[in-house]
Amino acid sequence: MTAGWKTIAGAMFLASTLVGLTACSNDSDTSNEPEQITVYNAQHESLTQEWVDEFTAQSGIKVNLRNGDDTELGNQIVAEGGASPADVFLTENSPAMALVETAGLFADLDPDTLAQVPQQYRPSTGKWTGIAARSTVFVYNKDKLPQDQLPKSLLDLQDPSWKGRWAASPSGADFQAIVSALLELKGEDATRAWLAGMKENAVPYKGNSAVMKAVNAGEVPGGVIYHYYWFGDQAKTGENSANTALHYFKNEDPGAFVSVSGGGVLESSNKAVAAQQFLRFVTGKSGQEILQKGDSFEYAVGSNVPSNPALVPLADLQAPTVDPSKLNSQKVTQLMTEAGLL
Amino acid sequence: MIAPTLVRPRSGGSERRRVPPVVAAVVTVLVAVTLIPLGYVIATTIATGWETASALIFRPRVGELLRNTVALVVITVPVCMTLGVGAAWIVERTTVFGHRYWAPILAAPLAVPAFVNSYAWVSVIPSLHGLWSGVLVATLSYFPLVALPVAATLRRLDPGIEESAGALGAGPYRVFFRIVVPQLRLPILGGGLLIGLHLLAEYGAFAMLRFDTFTTAIFEQFQSTFNGAAGSMLASVLVLCCLVLLVAEAAARGSARYARVGSGAPRRPDRIRLRWSAVPAALGLVALTVAALGVPLWTIARWLRIGGTDVWRTGTLWPAFAQTLALGLLGAAVTTALAFPVAWIAVRRPGVFSRMVEGCNYVTSSLPGIVTALALITVTIRYANPLYQTVIVLITAYVLMFLPRALVSLRSGLAQVPVGLEEASAALGRSQASTFVRVTLRLTAPAAAAGAALVFMAIVTELTATLLLAPIGTRTLSTRFWSLTSELDYAAAAPFALAMILLALPMTYLLMRQSQKAAGL
Repeated sequence: MTAGWKTIAGAMFLASTLVGLTACSNDSDTSNEPEQITVYNAQHESLTQEWVDEFTAQSGIKVNLRNGDDTELGNQIVAEGGASPADVFLTENSPAMALVETAGLFADLDPDTLAQVPQQYRPSTGKWTGIAARSTVFVYNKDKLPQDQLPKSLLDLQDPSWKGRWAASPSGADFQAIVSALLELKGEDATRAWLAGMKENAVPYKGNSAVMKAVNAGEVPGGVIYHYYWFGDQAKTGENSANTALHYFKNEDPGAFVSVSGGGVLESSNKAVAAQQFLRFVTGKSGQEILQKGDSFEYAVGSNVPSNPALVPLADLQAPTVDPSKLNSQKVTQLMTEAGLL
Repeated sequence: MIAPTLVRPRSGGSERRRVPPVVAAVVTVLVAVTLIPLGYVIATTIATGWETASALIFRPRVGELLRNTVALVVITVPVCMTLGVGAAWIVERTTVFGHRYWAPILAAPLAVPAFVNSYAWVSVIPSLHGLWSGVLVATLSYFPLVALPVAATLRRLDPGIEESAGALGAGPYRVFFRIVVPQLRLPILGGGLLIGLHLLAEYGAFAMLRFDTFTTAIFEQFQSTFNGAAGSMLASVLVLCCLVLLVAEAAARGSARYARVGSGAPRRPDRIRLRWSAVPAALGLVALTVAALGVPLWTIARWLRIGGTDVWRTGTLWPAFAQTLALGLLGAAVTTALAFPVAWIAVRRPGVFSRMVEGCNYVTSSLPGIVTALALITVTIRYANPLYQTVIVLITAYVLMFLPRALVSLRSGLAQVPVGLEEASAALGRSQASTFVRVTLRLTAPAAAAGAALVFMAIVTELTATLLLAPIGTRTLSTRFWSLTSELDYAAAAPFALAMILLALPMTYLLMRQSQKAAGL
């Protein structure tokens, strides 16, 4: 047995030496390597990876990703302050962008980049821009919920008649963005009341995909999610959405909220040129065409690139008007913590 | 074997008892770092202020989490104890069909991380959620923590006591509950404590089953607020729960010791001949194997078949494998190296200082990974920015969480090194350092390798702290697996689960051998 231990000890020592050597040789390479930027990425990894691959192919600039959730990374950037390693911040929703903007950590964006995105998809301050958009939807199981029983408004879901009959992912940044729109549109008291109703009624899942899967399996009749989870699954096998359909609230209801995904360059970045170039690419024609042609099914917002033809056009969604930089993630977290949802 | 030295060293006792300055310095720094997580919890609670803190602690949601967490511990720990003792007893002490080959079932489930087990069960029964599914998965993942030490103790029990009880008229059940079980008290309680601590710390397994505990709630707060006050306050309640468990176990352990005194050696205990009960006993073991190993392996195989060759071609598996291997080896090497001075002080210079060092370490390693990770993030971001988001912080977390695993093995290894050999080396003119390398290190190498292997296995299957602390661009098997399952891409996650099990499997074998060796086999 002793020989066995010695062999193991020897093997481990050898392996760690090898690993150490490779690590060192990697380090010595960095001086000759092309420029690199670090992106704090809260967007879907697969979508950002597509952008990054294309951007690196075009510009030769390498991109390191740190993946996380919107408000996690937003709060992280605020905590890091001027020492943040991030050059660029990409989110799925606007509240985390507003958080970093309020902390004064974004640099002004290049006017060229801003010019590529219509005004309704970016804040007036010019500190960041929309890079994509997604619409709130009510996904429902066609066998469990007849069309005439669908909720007219997101606000209906606080009604006791919906107890145990709708699902959501309260811990996700997506859902919290919807709540932040509700807060902005209807005020604090109405939001607090709605969240209290949600605590009673809603079945919590982790993530929009899990919500859709549960609705599809008939565990819950309906759920509040974003549109692209459904289209993405339909485009693949439909195994998690075959029994479901989407209901758009429209009517400028809080439930018709269209959430703008944001991108911004950090003031503290010492690679500002490359960072600005990256955002110009994402909002530019080739970046937006990845949204149009890829399998992300998020709406394109820039450079007049039309969205994926499978989607209901953005213009038909009758979304409420919300200034993205006014969405308050901290207040939402606080209200949801108070309501016992977090 | 060298006889104990009779000649006292030339320079007299007092100087020999000094702790070498290098050792003292290393250990002092280690203790200081060890105190960071507890210090963080106390400091943030104070900084939050009583009013905010009490509003965040005394709210219905915390009550909900407390009920869930307490119910989980109160149900799972006894179930694991019963199952662990039962399985160990059948395997070690009965003539159950194929008893020679059952021993690995008591250890092998440890190679399947709890969150992979959840993934498997959720794949089989998609609607699985809540307390009882949490109990199910946790029991299947953690019962070996009781079964292994109990089996080791069963093997060295003196059958004479049981025979005397039998001769005095006690039936087999009475003998089992009055004689055998009391002698198993220490391994049962020790294993139960470990399971309780695992239950408090586990994130992935319960998040996947939609069962909210303190750890999952802290993680959600982290996702929403990074290191916000509400998360920290939940962490402080969780730390209190851990301390309650530690105290409860210490109290239950009591001061009773069960040892054989007198001359002679106990012989190997006999196996009880099972008659009609042989069938249910064998069926029970088969059911346990199917549930704890069959389900995860079958699920992984099924997803691999569905995923086809695509899931192997994503180009992310190999880098994640290499990074996991690198982190595991580095973490195991550093942890074991740092365990040396602690073990040395404990064995060679026992006293108040050594007990304090071990105590600090024991408490910190009992804290859930998420608390340690939150503490290290907050401290490095504020006070040690050059270290922030580096691999050094991640390795530090691993050291704090897993040092005792290296320590236990190293301490017994070091205790077996005859001091006389070191003195002989010194007398022959070797320097202290040379003596250490050529004598002490060589003799403790097997123990060090065993400890390092256990740390390696823990790191490979670690999820929570790695998710929070991994440097930019570092994606391990566990974090990749986790992000794929969060997207419900179960097929693509399967190769990562398989890789984790394959890396952990040899270490599980070593663990089993170690427990057998402890019993003198």
